[in-house]
Amino acid sequence: MSTAIADLHDSSAESGVNYLNANYGIKSWLLTFDHKRIGLLYLVSITIMFIVGGMAAVLMRLHLVEPQGALFEPETYNKLFSTHGIIMVFFFLVPSIPATLGNFLIPLMIGARDVAFPKLNLLSWYIFITGAALALYATLSGGVDTGWTFYPPYSAAYSHTNVTIVALGVFIAGFSSILTGLNFIVTIHKMRAPGMTWFRLPLFIWAMYATSLIFVLGTPVIAITLFLLGLERILHVGIFDPAVGGDPLLFQHLFWFYSHPAVYIMILPGMGVMSEIITCFSRKRVFGYEFVALASIAIAVLGFLVWAHHMFVAGMSIYAGLVFSVLSFLVAIPSAVKVFNWTATLYKGSISYEAPMLYALGFIGLFTIGGLTGLFLASLATDVHLNGTYFIVAHFHYVMVGGAVMAFMGGIHFWWPKITGRLYPDYWARIAAAIVFVGFNLTFFPQFILGYAGMPRRYAIYPAEFQVLNVMSSAGASILGVGYLIPLIYLTWSMRYGKPAGRNPWGAKGLEWTTLSPPPTENFEEIPIVTEDAYEYPVAGGNRV
Amino acid sequence: MDCDGTVMMGFFQFGLNTLAAMEVPVQPPVASSIAEGVDQLYLLLTGVTAFFTVLIFSIIFYFMVKYRRRSDGEVPPETHSSLFLELAWTIIPSLICVVLFVWSSSLYVRNARPPAASTEIFVIGKQWMWHLQHPEGPREINELHVPLGVPVKLTMTSQDVIHDFYIPAFRVKKDVLPGRYSSLWFQPTETGTFHLFCAQYCGTNHSQMIGWVYVMTPTDYATWLAGGEKTESMAQQGARLFSQFGCGTCHAPEGGGRAPSLAGLYGKPEKTQSGETRVVDEALIRQAILVPNSIRIGNYQPIMPTYQGQIDEEQILQLIAYVKSLGSAERINGQ
Repeated sequence: MSTAIADLHDSSAESGVNYLNANYGIKSWLLTFDHKRIGLLYLVSITIMFIVGGMAAVLMRLHLVEPQGALFEPETYNKLFSTHGIIMVFFFLVPSIPATLGNFLIPLMIGARDVAFPKLNLLSWYIFITGAALALYATLSGGVDTGWTFYPPYSAAYSHTNVTIVALGVFIAGFSSILTGLNFIVTIHKMRAPGMTWFRLPLFIWAMYATSLIFVLGTPVIAITLFLLGLERILHVGIFDPAVGGDPLLFQHLFWFYSHPAVYIMILPGMGVMSEIITCFSRKRVFGYEFVALASIAIAVLGFLVWAHHMFVAGMSIYAGLVFSVLSFLVAIPSAVKVFNWTATLYKGSISYEAPMLYALGFIGLFTIGGLTGLFLASLATDVHLNGTYFIVAHFHYVMVGGAVMAFMGGIHFWWPKITGRLYPDYWARIAAAIVFVGFNLTFFPQFILGYAGMPRRYAIYPAEFQVLNVMSSAGASILGVGYLIPLIYLTWSMRYGKPAGRNPWGAKGLEWTTLSPPPTENFEEIPIVTEDAYEYPVAGGNRV
Repeated sequence: MDCDGTVMMGFFQFGLNTLAAMEVPVQPPVASSIAEGVDQLYLLLTGVTAFFTVLIFSIIFYFMVKYRRRSDGEVPPETHSSLFLELAWTIIPSLICVVLFVWSSSLYVRNARPPAASTEIFVIGKQWMWHLQHPEGPREINELHVPLGVPVKLTMTSQDVIHDFYIPAFRVKKDVLPGRYSSLWFQPTETGTFHLFCAQYCGTNHSQMIGWVYVMTPTDYATWLAGGEKTESMAQQGARLFSQFGCGTCHAPEGGGRAPSLAGLYGKPEKTQSGETRVVDEALIRQAILVPNSIRIGNYQPIMPTYQGQIDEEQILQLIAYVKSLGSAERINGQ
């Protein structure tokens, strides 16, 4: 991919120097402090991780075509789902939108020349790839079989796989999250252009701000937890394993104290992307700006108070269960508010259906289902039956793939012309979006039914009556795989052969569209002065007052 | 919109019918006293999900068609945000959530505690099988025989990692942890054979840590209990361990020994030397056997040796059954 990016320089559409052709050579990329280049470094890294995690998923689905397991020994299957979960959660979803689009766009959107700490930003990337390299090494040199949840005492004393190395990888990558979050918070506070007040910020910035708060407050907890797990594994200190005096529920509390907010790390940036795309392709100011903005903050805060809904059957007291149940219902409300506001934004708009908009509409639909099925799991009585089954898998993937990945794809398609200065073939992009939508639903909808029918997750071998639904799901996964492959091809193609994009191919609002595509290294010739609210699209009958 | 809703529900129904015709299970058998209540709540939640999904989809489709861009230069009219709408779509979903919370929680609380007259069966999970023992003595592996219509309480622990005892047909599930007892209960309402799964990932052969639950009529169950090899009851086995380990030399049955008599102790609140009051239950007895000096009752000297490593989980459960057989506080108070 990097050679293809290098090729851009010669044929760059805009005359003059931009961040891609300002200097050449691998060193100019590996030692860059430019937030845009760092964003691209992340994009390449997480794309590799997505391919690795995706391949693990495809192999799992192939294996599950047969009830007895078509391909692997259970041991191998267990390593596959662990690899899939660990890679996708910690090395793709968590950094996906923040580290790529966030890095690229935050300074551009607020009218700054870079993030607050450019060197720290590059350091974050090095920390990330160190963690990612460790995780990949552990996977290739024997793998890990604890699931992405690392529950002790299995992970602490019983698993003979590379638990320590993977935990170290996740531990290290966590510092990248913390530094990125810190960088973004300071950037958003201190570097806004003149006139860019808080309530003029694009909603993507609000979402990134909320995400950064979780990065900074939540990530240390997972780091501590995995550090303690490592201590217990190596030195047999009794922390989590009851055989040496520990408490396994302590691990679960600590783990979910981070890992539940982490799902908001994954979905909040996607929600930010949605607000940008939907306003642009319906040429409308977002409906209820303040409510959408504050809903992000509400989600970030409430997200820290619901972790134990993962533990309703783990042996908590009834009263703790009741408290976490009611709080979990509560966290659904701000998400619902967002969905309603996006829908209302379409009202009386001028709606067009380029690829980013198709992903955005797909997001609303799938996220709605993903969110509503969360209510089944906030409800204590149904959670008892559904916990640990495929229903959880389906719910999680509707939010994380139907939501976060759809938003990531939509965002990449939306800002690709800005990032590369090139247009991709919209026809193929729309076909790919449709294939992803169909493939996704065929993969994951049957899993809701499987879950209620009682099929536990993480089963390498399963009772024969579940086969039909599993085959449907596997068929869907192959379609989904094709849907993800096509963009990889035409986006790469477009970097050399795409038509020049111009500054603002979508007619979008936002400071990032006022500068060149690709932007110059310093982003703006002159720092812009902001005089209007976000999404001030023209309205019939003249400009508003 | 209503039309769209009907069509979508029609598709949904058609889908379910097709799956049913292909003999694809869309729900597990309904075989316990709580299963129907859980299914009703599930249906309600499905209804709420379907309603809002159809609502959002319909509105989006309608807007997509009605407000599609007709010319490149099109400029839409201005619309205003509405506090009324914002409040409406904050408050209405909140109210729905309150209803769902109250419904699900009351169902959960009602089903949380086993009835007093439950039959108790003991479960030990280990990689990768389930050991079960009935109080009358018979042991089972990966199979559980229970009588129809009788509430059964399972007291469960794990010998190694965390497992989870899951019977989909009964809609019950509970993690089984090492070092502590967890419990679940059910009252079977249908005879038949039902899946038993481990639902917490526990290592290589997690997916083979499965078995069957046989619900039998009480007469069949009695026959089943009486059949097979003659075994001592769990309490008798516990009594044998009690004398084998020499427990009786200190815990003299009539009292006056170097340690408290265990008669009538089970279920009794006891003041410990650290000042707290704890009810003598399974967890306390287990702790007293494995780490004796961590809880001391009365003015006895801390002279009891630890049995950690000398006694396995199954033997501890048998000793507990023995202590229980010596009479519980409730029964003594009743006399």
